[in-house]
Amino acid sequence: MNIGTAVFAQETVLAPANGTFSLIWLLIALPALGAAILLLGGRRTNAWGHLLGVLMPVASFVVAAFLFAAMLGQPAEERGAVQHLYDWQIVGAFKVPFSLQLDQLSMVFVLLITFVGSLIHIYAIGYMAHDPARRKFFGYLNLFVAAMLLLVLADNYLLLYVGWEGVGLASFLLIGWYQYKDSAAVAAKKAFIINRVGDFGLSLAIMFMFAVFGGVTFETVNAGIGSASEGTATWIGLLLLLAACGKSAQFPLQAWLFDAMEGPTPVSALIHAATMVTAGVYLIVRSNAIFDAAPTARLLVLIVGCISLIWGAIIGCAKDDLKKALAGSTMSQIGYMVVAAGLGPVGYVFAIFHLLTHGFFKAGLFLGAGSVMHANNDKINMRHLGALRTVMMITFVTFGICTLAIMGIPPFAGFFSKDDIIKAAFSQSPVAGVVTLIGAGITGFYMTRIFLMTFLGKARWEDDQHPHESPAVMWIPMVVLAIGATIGGVLMWPSHWLETWLEPAVPYQEHAQTLPEWLWIIITVGTALIGILWAVALYRREVPVTPPAGSLLTRAAREELYGNEINETLTMLPGQVLTRSSVFFDNRVVDGFVNGMAAVVWGVSGALRTVQNGFARSYALTMLGGAVLLVALLVLVRL
Amino acid sequence: MTTVPWLTILAVVPLAGALVVALLPKGADLLAKRVALAFSLLVLAGTVFLALQFSADATTQFQFAEQHDWIPAFGVSYAVGVDGIALVLIALSAVLVPIVMIAGWHEADNAVGSVKGYFALLLALEACIVWVFSATDLFLFYVFFEVMLIPMYFLIGRYGGPRRQYAAVKFLLYSLLGGLLMLAAIIGLYVVSAQMTGTGTFDYATLVGLDIDPGTQKLLFLGVFFAFAVKAPMVPVHTWLPDAAGEATPGSAVLLVGVLDKVGTFGMLRYCLPIFPDAAAFYAPVIIAIAVVGIIYGALLAIGQSDLKRLIAYTSVSHFGFIVLGIFAFTSQAQSGSALYMVNHGFSTAALFLIAGFLISRRGSTLIDDFGGVAKVAPVMAGLFLIAGLSSLALPGLSTFVSEFLVLVGTFTRYPVAAGVATLGIILAAVYILWMYQRTMTGEPGDEVRSKVTEIKGREVLAIAPVVALIIALGFVPQVVLNVVNPAVERNMVTVGVTDPPPQVAVAIEGGSK
Repeated sequence: MNIGTAVFAQETVLAPANGTFSLIWLLIALPALGAAILLLGGRRTNAWGHLLGVLMPVASFVVAAFLFAAMLGQPAEERGAVQHLYDWQIVGAFKVPFSLQLDQLSMVFVLLITFVGSLIHIYAIGYMAHDPARRKFFGYLNLFVAAMLLLVLADNYLLLYVGWEGVGLASFLLIGWYQYKDSAAVAAKKAFIINRVGDFGLSLAIMFMFAVFGGVTFETVNAGIGSASEGTATWIGLLLLLAACGKSAQFPLQAWLFDAMEGPTPVSALIHAATMVTAGVYLIVRSNAIFDAAPTARLLVLIVGCISLIWGAIIGCAKDDLKKALAGSTMSQIGYMVVAAGLGPVGYVFAIFHLLTHGFFKAGLFLGAGSVMHANNDKINMRHLGALRTVMMITFVTFGICTLAIMGIPPFAGFFSKDDIIKAAFSQSPVAGVVTLIGAGITGFYMTRIFLMTFLGKARWEDDQHPHESPAVMWIPMVVLAIGATIGGVLMWPSHWLETWLEPAVPYQEHAQTLPEWLWIIITVGTALIGILWAVALYRREVPVTPPAGSLLTRAAREELYGNEINETLTMLPGQVLTRSSVFFDNRVVDGFVNGMAAVVWGVSGALRTVQNGFARSYALTMLGGAVLLVALLVLVRL
Repeated sequence: MTTVPWLTILAVVPLAGALVVALLPKGADLLAKRVALAFSLLVLAGTVFLALQFSADATTQFQFAEQHDWIPAFGVSYAVGVDGIALVLIALSAVLVPIVMIAGWHEADNAVGSVKGYFALLLALEACIVWVFSATDLFLFYVFFEVMLIPMYFLIGRYGGPRRQYAAVKFLLYSLLGGLLMLAAIIGLYVVSAQMTGTGTFDYATLVGLDIDPGTQKLLFLGVFFAFAVKAPMVPVHTWLPDAAGEATPGSAVLLVGVLDKVGTFGMLRYCLPIFPDAAAFYAPVIIAIAVVGIIYGALLAIGQSDLKRLIAYTSVSHFGFIVLGIFAFTSQAQSGSALYMVNHGFSTAALFLIAGFLISRRGSTLIDDFGGVAKVAPVMAGLFLIAGLSSLALPGLSTFVSEFLVLVGTFTRYPVAAGVATLGIILAAVYILWMYQRTMTGEPGDEVRSKVTEIKGREVLAIAPVVALIIALGFVPQVVLNVVNPAVERNMVTVGVTDPPPQVAVAIEGGSK
């Protein structure tokens, strides 16, 4: 890997926020206020709760757009600002401010979160219309958005951690929305606990930062990383990677993502597109200075990305549950972003680019899946779908556009962002290049399979299914997202706007082009087409309602490549043994010893006891006796 | 400096309250409750008043100091005064006592002991708490350290669950054993002070000023430390706690685990370190190892419990591991973190025990498996229980996170491996809390839960709401407490003669980082 002549632009000190930029806090405060009102207000807010719930992220988006315009009006180097709100905690040299940092990287995240987040909120009005607790649902959604905004706006790692965990809490609440179902409750708990494994990494990384640099703000860490040893940088990098794996469902901490589908579909859209899983990518890109100083850690980022990319894609090929197939796809697409981030300055910008386009098409896909569920009495097994094209035209078209985008077919957004990653990967490591290319082929396969099984072919509906198009409040967001998935490529093509925009916050280094552009297009699109045609060949004929036995790999992929079984064998079983033996040890040995001693003492004191009785008296006497004894002892030793 | 003996007044008020309540006629239960609550609110008001008078950056160690000769022949005096740490712990108990009374309004209604007795004992306990935290004479401290056991013994033994006798006696025996060793050490200390200065004394400042021979320090330290380790409680002398907290009424359990046990960790910070600095440094590695074992072991045991209250008690064993770890890491972050942890843990444990109490009194069982599906029949209660649980697992954004992270980061700068292992505790905490939440709150409610468990009532909300509000507020503005405890910790560090390890890489940023 070459680190080369990367531009370490982030050494510039960001100016304090004033003027328009003193509005930064509002970005978080608005959805946070929404959450507070909706969750504390109780039933009184039922009538208008969902409207307030939508209003808050929309208002936050308006503020974001306003701030974005203001940033555009500034020269590139002066666009970032830090808003110091108050001193959060100060003990000795440990000084952590409650400060928000809005720079170019945060800005694109804020726009994505508030825009896509708002669309999902609007959609949820329709999707959750029949849920008696819809108001609470919007409270949780607002909390989710507020936490994610805090995560991307914090100016230090500890405050980022608050947003990080807030996102985890919101996902816990929303995955477990139908908590009276055991499967949902277990899925929520699982997501939180696996994320806590990642938090272990984040916690230790922050401790490392303080011990090494004496501070935990991005500014302090970036300024000090050049003077730290490579070993230190590697430790911090690896711990941050562990954190990212948890939040972004990357190998080996991916198991929660598939179960997380227990939540209502707007939640899946929120988790997979605008919030949560993108947090890990943000963390790595934000910490680019650390990874640039730690080649080993960065290599591991690349490896994790490669494994996750293929792992998720394979699972996506075998799932019959539409949402779980899409979940596999998320793991795989985030894998692309992690690969790009693992390439260093050659790839950071492309990681963010793909994250943005993915935000649109994956949200579109999940909202489409939700629309399908809504129309089919919550049926989500694709073997009982099919032929929905005939009855759900809008869902069919928007889902189709997003499918083309994720498969990387030009001129849709995913084509540009995925191509950039594949090319950058080939320039740094042929292995990573081949993996990303194969991934593109598999993406073509699983998305075609999903699309064919859901929308085309014969109807395999059951008696209680009466598919119909969703209401406008649901399909309008889908249309908007499909438009984004269509034109999202303009961020980078033809003007390379995103690259220039991010430059002051995220270093970029151009990589050598080995092949002419047209040949790249033939290779990448050709690979995707192979996958697509393969899927067409397999699924264009009748799809059996009962799944066929399948090959060894298919069976493994249906079981999520035995991720759960691996977790159980490696952690849960030993954990259970350890817990049970600890309880046994504590009851029988530790406490047993004490009780045994007590029995002996009681026996002896019972024998010694003559006339005196009563607890207080014997206590006083023992105390006195003991004291006299010890004083005597001390006097003897001393004098 | 004020001449009004504020601290004595603060301790005498609840004591007087206890007497008044005890002297009320039999059967006037409601009156007894109201009078007791009024007295506890008076103490709270007094504490707030005192806290507002407290100056965080005073030059003297103790404020509101009083001193009167008591037994001049032995150099014993009645001396009280508070530093920041003592103040916040007194404030903690002043907040919790009325809350415990409101939450446990009917706790004693069907007990063996009388209702007025229960409330009188709570007030008597509060008086002891004020004295034990404000004593600046070691003998006075010891007296209240022991006297405190008596109201607690009766609170468990007369008002507790089916195995209350066993639990109360076990609690008392353990505490007495610790107390005995402490008494010996204190007398030893007296002898040493007599040898070194000519006149024996129990005066805190004089004892801290003594430069005791390291060998003697090691011996005396053990006696004092053992008493505090039992009280805290540390592994392996912790087994009295699950029994005591499991059998006590939820309210008594809150005061036992939330406040009384803090005397142990408070004592380590106040007495063990400054009086025996060499011994403390000598034993620190061993104590840190035991603390880390306690964190993990306590958490594993919590995971394995089938009884709601015992589970909460074991989470505290794990949390006390963090507090002790922070104290013996000898960094300002870790020690301030520990001091803050003592306060935050009090609130989070209070929320857990009290809500568990509401659940148990409704369902008539303490077994986790007898619940399930509560969220469907009592969603607000489930939500509050979740917040209490999240505060126990130190969710960032809640108060406990700040203290736990300060302990860890402060420990890491000196003992990275210990901090690393201790951090595993955050994963285990998620397991024990969320699994408990899942088993009690989620799923379809069974018939018993459906018919018996009702939504949380107004009085109960009144008790829990301030605790939850404090848990959230202190997560975002912990500096309110840190400003008060930081100077006390710094003084401690100076007395012991340690400084924070400097960062490995000197970072110079133009403009400076806030």
